Amino acid sequence: MDDNWTLAARRNALIARATIIQEIRRFFIEGGYLEVETPLRIPAPAPEAHIDAIPAGNWFLQTSPELCMKRMLAAGYERLFQICHCWRAGERGSHHLSEFTMLEWYRANSDYLDIMVDCEGLIRTLVSGAGRGTSITFRGMTTDVGGEWERLTVEEAFDRYSETSMEEALALDRFDEIMVESIEPKLGMERPTFIHDYPASRGALARLKADDDSVAERFELYIGGLELANAFSELNDPIEQRRRFEQETAYREELRRQAYPLPEPFLGELASMPPSAGIALGVDRLAMVLLNAGRIDDVVAFTPDEL
Amino acid sequence: MYTVADLRKGLKVTLDGDPYLVIAFDFAKPGKGQALYRTKLRNMISGVILDRTYRSGETFEPASLEERKMQYLYKEDDHYCFMDNQTYEQVHVSEAAMGDAKNYLIDNLPVSILLFKEKAIGVEIPNFVNLRVTQTDPWAKGDTSGSDSKPATVESGYVLRVPPFIEEGELITIDTRTGEYSTRVKG
Repeated sequence: MDDNWTLAARRNALIARATIIQEIRRFFIEGGYLEVETPLRIPAPAPEAHIDAIPAGNWFLQTSPELCMKRMLAAGYERLFQICHCWRAGERGSHHLSEFTMLEWYRANSDYLDIMVDCEGLIRTLVSGAGRGTSITFRGMTTDVGGEWERLTVEEAFDRYSETSMEEALALDRFDEIMVESIEPKLGMERPTFIHDYPASRGALARLKADDDSVAERFELYIGGLELANAFSELNDPIEQRRRFEQETAYREELRRQAYPLPEPFLGELASMPPSAGIALGVDRLAMVLLNAGRIDDVVAFTPDEL
Repeated sequence: MYTVADLRKGLKVTLDGDPYLVIAFDFAKPGKGQALYRTKLRNMISGVILDRTYRSGETFEPASLEERKMQYLYKEDDHYCFMDNQTYEQVHVSEAAMGDAKNYLIDNLPVSILLFKEKAIGVEIPNFVNLRVTQTDPWAKGDTSGSDSKPATVESGYVLRVPPFIEEGELITIDTRTGEYSTRVKG
């Protein structure tokens, strides 16, 4: 205790974190989801412009279990969840760890609206389980998860919180800066916010909206200004998916980022995937919100700096 | 030269010819978007604070400051007085320019005074300083959870959270970059 007080002092947070993970498991098992484990080391991560995988031998550590879980959907598994570690090179900050814990779940014959309902159910269960009724206090703000959650399109969010419209932001290549500086800090304050319908160019694995192909059926969940999860109605058109992967790969090459081989088995089986939806939720960040922790460091036993 | 990923709290860089101190730094990445670095920078001459967001790849020149080893003497009004041990020259640093360093000042603490165009505009102190605990409540016996902390006042007047087993009169090490308890000095 005397030698590593930082670690000793995290005892309560680590006990609470373990309880959260046990309750997540119970929620999905009771909902008829199958818990799966897929390999952490993979030959071909999904090529995405701004996500860098860490090489491991001649393969890579996964940045997400997404592709393997979708291959399971294509093989007829209908409801899946997984809690696993993911790695993303160069990501470290007060709410980023290069190695972090991800919860992903996928459901066949569903779309992103069904996943929103799952999110509401999961987080209400975790909050009431922790004996807090329906509210969370995080970063000095009390967020009520019991009522109706806010649903805001990305376009509406720009109109409400920024002087620049979404269209202008994209044209000026200022989308991410405005998101970080002006929009994110306003999301999920009194109640959680789903910000949805992203520009089509910002969802390499998402299905476009049937009645408006300028936007993708994608949402992000925010509580207390912190991004917790990213979800899609999943693209299941292999030709379009290949085209988008090639586009992202070309963009990565332009930025002189490492190119990955295309995930051919995934592309080959994608046509068999039923209309599905899925989500990736950061478990460490969820623990931060539920435990009112200021830094991701407070909810893990070890950070890379402590090894 | 630094790239933006090298920035951290306490680093000093040049912006538009002026020296700036990084007072807050964080990595951000809005869903699937590009890596961004959010900074708070204090102009070391005017005290003006800037909020700036940078993209990866941006570069910075270190601030061109002269460092001189000096010793802390005393505080007078809103100024802190230091002396050069070789020349016996004394300089004054304003309270605002001291930043968090003022929390750890004890008599004769060796420091580096930062000069820009011969004017003292800041002070650099060691990353770790040892200070004696002057006030803290006793540890409630039997509490072995290790998860609680308690407030303690150290000889410079600074108050911080320490483990429950720390007693009055003990010497502790404080990490001056975070202001947090680091370890107890044994023996």
